[in-house]
Amino acid sequence: MEKGFINNLPRIYGLYTGGFLGFIALMAVLEQFGVPADVLGILFVTFTIAIYAAIGWLSRTMQVDAYYVAGREVPPLYNGMATAADWMSGASFVAMAGGIYFGGYGYLAFIVGWTGGYVLVNSLLAPYLRKFGCYTVPDFIGTRYGGNTARLLAVIVLVVASFTYVTAQINATGTIAARALQISFEVGVWFGLLGILLCSMLGGMRAVTWTQVAQYIVLIIAYLVPVFWMSNAQDFGLIPQFSYGGAVERIGELEAAAGVGQLMPSESFVGLRALTTPHAAASEGAFASWQFVTLVMVLMCGTASLPHILMRYFTTPSVRDARRSVVYSLFFIFLLYFTAPALATFTKLQIMDPNLATGIIGKSIADVQSLEWIQKWSNVGFLAISDSNSNGLLEINEFFMRGDIVVLATPEIAGLPYVISGLVAAGGMAAAMSTADGLLLAIANALSHDLYYKIIDPEADTRTRLIVARILLLIIGAGGALVASLQLSSILGAVAWAFSFACSGLFFPLVLGVWWKRANRQGAIAGMAIGFLAGSYYLYHVRFAGGTPLLGLDHLRFGIVGMAASLVAMVGVSLATEEPDAETQAMVDAIRIPGGDTVLDQTH
Amino acid sequence: MASSQNKATHWQRTRNLTFVTLAIWFFFSFFVHWFGAELNTVSFMGFPLGFYMAAQGSPIAFVILLFWSTRRQEAIDQECGVAE
Repeated sequence: MEKGFINNLPRIYGLYTGGFLGFIALMAVLEQFGVPADVLGILFVTFTIAIYAAIGWLSRTMQVDAYYVAGREVPPLYNGMATAADWMSGASFVAMAGGIYFGGYGYLAFIVGWTGGYVLVNSLLAPYLRKFGCYTVPDFIGTRYGGNTARLLAVIVLVVASFTYVTAQINATGTIAARALQISFEVGVWFGLLGILLCSMLGGMRAVTWTQVAQYIVLIIAYLVPVFWMSNAQDFGLIPQFSYGGAVERIGELEAAAGVGQLMPSESFVGLRALTTPHAAASEGAFASWQFVTLVMVLMCGTASLPHILMRYFTTPSVRDARRSVVYSLFFIFLLYFTAPALATFTKLQIMDPNLATGIIGKSIADVQSLEWIQKWSNVGFLAISDSNSNGLLEINEFFMRGDIVVLATPEIAGLPYVISGLVAAGGMAAAMSTADGLLLAIANALSHDLYYKIIDPEADTRTRLIVARILLLIIGAGGALVASLQLSSILGAVAWAFSFACSGLFFPLVLGVWWKRANRQGAIAGMAIGFLAGSYYLYHVRFAGGTPLLGLDHLRFGIVGMAASLVAMVGVSLATEEPDAETQAMVDAIRIPGGDTVLDQTH
Repeated sequence: MASSQNKATHWQRTRNLTFVTLAIWFFFSFFVHWFGAELNTVSFMGFPLGFYMAAQGSPIAFVILLFWSTRRQEAIDQECGVAE
């Protein structure tokens, strides 16, 4: 795609957004004419996937730099949107508000960690890696430190971290596809994978970039519209994000009355939880603070080490634009993340407040069970009600649900039309697909560029390289779908692990590669290997071997242990061995200034 | 082509900006939330302040911080003659 395409981006995506809004309006009209909700859901999901596939087809390429870095011509605003879609997964879209609903204040560590990580990306890494001119993250490690061992270790860490993450995304596409298209979960997973591959197979990074921009537009509309609608329908104010303070306060009163935190459930349902954690109250004491900040730390350093995010900043025309991209990325991510706590608060208030028509806590069990949304979601096992103390009233410890409901069912709880539920399904699909695309591409590119081309067959011609890249994409995608279809919950519940894996192995080798000239090959190898092994062993120790967590560092925070080991090993070994040669030091000097040629050639 | 003098000044100023940025980042990432329970006793726009800082305050601070530091960095690149 030539200059004309880049210059026309505002018009193209403006038309696209208008078209999508028109499509929503059309669906709303169809709903009025009595088209059933199921059909609306199918239309929403298939229509959006067809658009993404069309963009993927139009972006097909056989050029190396277009395939790996989208030809380095993505303007910052669009790269910001693409990164935001790349970043916000099915977990952010569907599970974050639910996490806050159940986890209260403690869960807000995810909001802080997943936004503040971009300060590290911008200050420490993105502009420098862009100046380096690499195609992949291991490409930087391999060239900065030299030697195949360092490159190979970076590939291994990348594959483990990204694969942990991608199975959860393919699982999410499968879940949404299964529900929207009325097919079984196993078929849904493969259908989801097909959609993902249509976006990335033919055009690599270029295709993924332009579909991710389209996916961001869908997902942000789908997340914000229901919240604004609900808030205005129920007088929370025009911009609910700034005016839900009163609702938080009211929840505090209701929680005291309902006995949240005192009344514990006496029954249990698989996958469902009753509310036991207060909404806004923070636990007191140094240990609770420590738990909060260590989780924030792991999430931030993980953000700055995850290759599918870092490689997005390789696609800009200049170093300045890479910086600006990070700023736009954070802004676009922020739009969703500062809405999630508001959504969780509204939903909780609607369920708990007896003065609202939607309130169910304290009402009679028979009345609650006759509600349509309660029946619908209990039928699919997302919700359960049980009169544990047989007093005929619904108490807080007798109402069980899955966190996902907060996003998926809120439109129904609030009585919004079905078209909104279809829109939310399309948004969740967009969020999961865009992240899966980025992750699969990161893995396949590292294996094809760093393992195959740089290590196994440096003589390979362009055609062979790009064909290998595509075959790997297929194989890894199929592997991910296979693991996802097994529904091993211990793997799927582990999106947070990806962050700990990534920061254990890659954070210090990346950051010190730019910021410490004295860092050398031996140090980087030690940092990656020891950090990654220490982190992985610690995870095994606390999660599977029944070990006691050290200093309260549980399996979500194992990256702290990995990073500490990585830092000590890397600095110690670097200082104990000879300093890098003059050529390497000049390379580091070169990446520290924006002007001049990149360290690696445009095509390498 | 920028002189080596310019490059040294540029890196010095870039490093200082990065330290300042990271100090502000540290404050909003860790320091504020260490005192979450204490801040919650204060009310801000109807929110308990500790809850507000984690749900909105810190993310807003990060967005503003990045806009500011990126602008500063671009000025430094220009002034030292090492911009693209």
